[in-house]
Amino acid sequence: MLKDMVQGCLGPLAVCMNECQGDLSVEVSKPQVLEVLRRLKDDPGLGFDFLSDLFGVDNSDLHKKKPAPKKAAGEGAADAEPEQPGPLPPRFEVIYLLLSLKTNKRLQVKVKVPEDDMTVDSATSIWKAATWPERETFDMYGIRFKGHPDLRKLLMWDEFPAHPLRKDYPLEGLGEERHLIYE
Amino acid sequence: MGIQAYSGSGWVLTKLEELINWGRKRSPWPLPYGTACCGIEMMCALASGYDMARFGAERPSFSPRQADVLIEAGTISKKMVPILQRIYDQMAEPKWVIAMGACACSGGVFRTYSTLQGIDKVIPVDVYVPGCPPRPEGLLYALIKVMEKIEKDHPLRKQFEQLELAGSCGNA
Ligand code: SF4
Repeated sequence: MLKDMVQGCLGPLAVCMNECQGDLSVEVSKPQVLEVLRRLKDDPGLGFDFLSDLFGVDNSDLHKKKPAPKKAAGEGAADAEPEQPGPLPPRFEVIYLLLSLKTNKRLQVKVKVPEDDMTVDSATSIWKAATWPERETFDMYGIRFKGHPDLRKLLMWDEFPAHPLRKDYPLEGLGEERHLIYE
Repeated sequence: MGIQAYSGSGWVLTKLEELINWGRKRSPWPLPYGTACCGIEMMCALASGYDMARFGAERPSFSPRQADVLIEAGTISKKMVPILQRIYDQMAEPKWVIAMGACACSGGVFRTYSTLQGIDKVIPVDVYVPGCPPRPEGLLYALIKVMEKIEKDHPLRKQFEQLELAGSCGNA
């Protein structure tokens, strides 16, 4: 089983594992992400040698208060769960989609990125293919990748001031324009 | 004849203008500037099936310096604006612009932070072609409209007026 193999390969590095419709995802903590990716790549049984994608997620909707769920008729007040405040989940996530070309198995690796420490180690030393996706993630979410050789914006122009895929950025933008300037 | 032939709308001048307009009208070399899906439809209009060359658009000019009509077919992202402006600036007068498709006219379905909401925000447009994408006939119709516009132009009179203006300024 893939799950057991990944568990055996990572050991305590895997914070939690989740299988959804046959897709396995493993969450790891931020400081250890390079170690995890390297192990997954170098493990002879798993051999996740192909990085098919890397992207960010803004989970700020989780921070918003959810509307109270409607109760079905007949349920007593005893069933009502008390509001659990708990610690808020980190706002951002970086997700690595790995593929093993040998076994044709896929794996998601998730890293939570809190808003006050938006730096993740760059995976470019393991896969060169990470260069552009990391630039895109930096452009769209403002997540910085430590050790990236050339962390410039990928899609927007260099002077663009915002990170447009964040949930608090309006779809129509804030009126940023680019003009032709002759020196 | 005298001065009347050279200024105002004298017989020689108008006939000469007609000749120039006839020449210009029959050779509107297009600059195909296809940036998205509309570009495919533009290629179709340029190719043998619809054959835009029969209207004198014989040679798609990939250098802006030798083009007369800029066919802007497709979405323009805001990142691309300086390039579009520079290409327009590089075209020699007289020049005309066709905005082909909903994206070039108004941004189309892309009402977002990264898309220019119509190329008329940055360069003047002569003919708008609606549609997403417009059919090749639509582009041909736009080219005919440009030709009609060329026909009404007064290339010489404009230059004489400029000369007179410069002269009167110098005398004063
Ligand atoms: S108007 Fe429609 S077909 Fe043309 S470029 Fe825009 S989306 Fe594509």
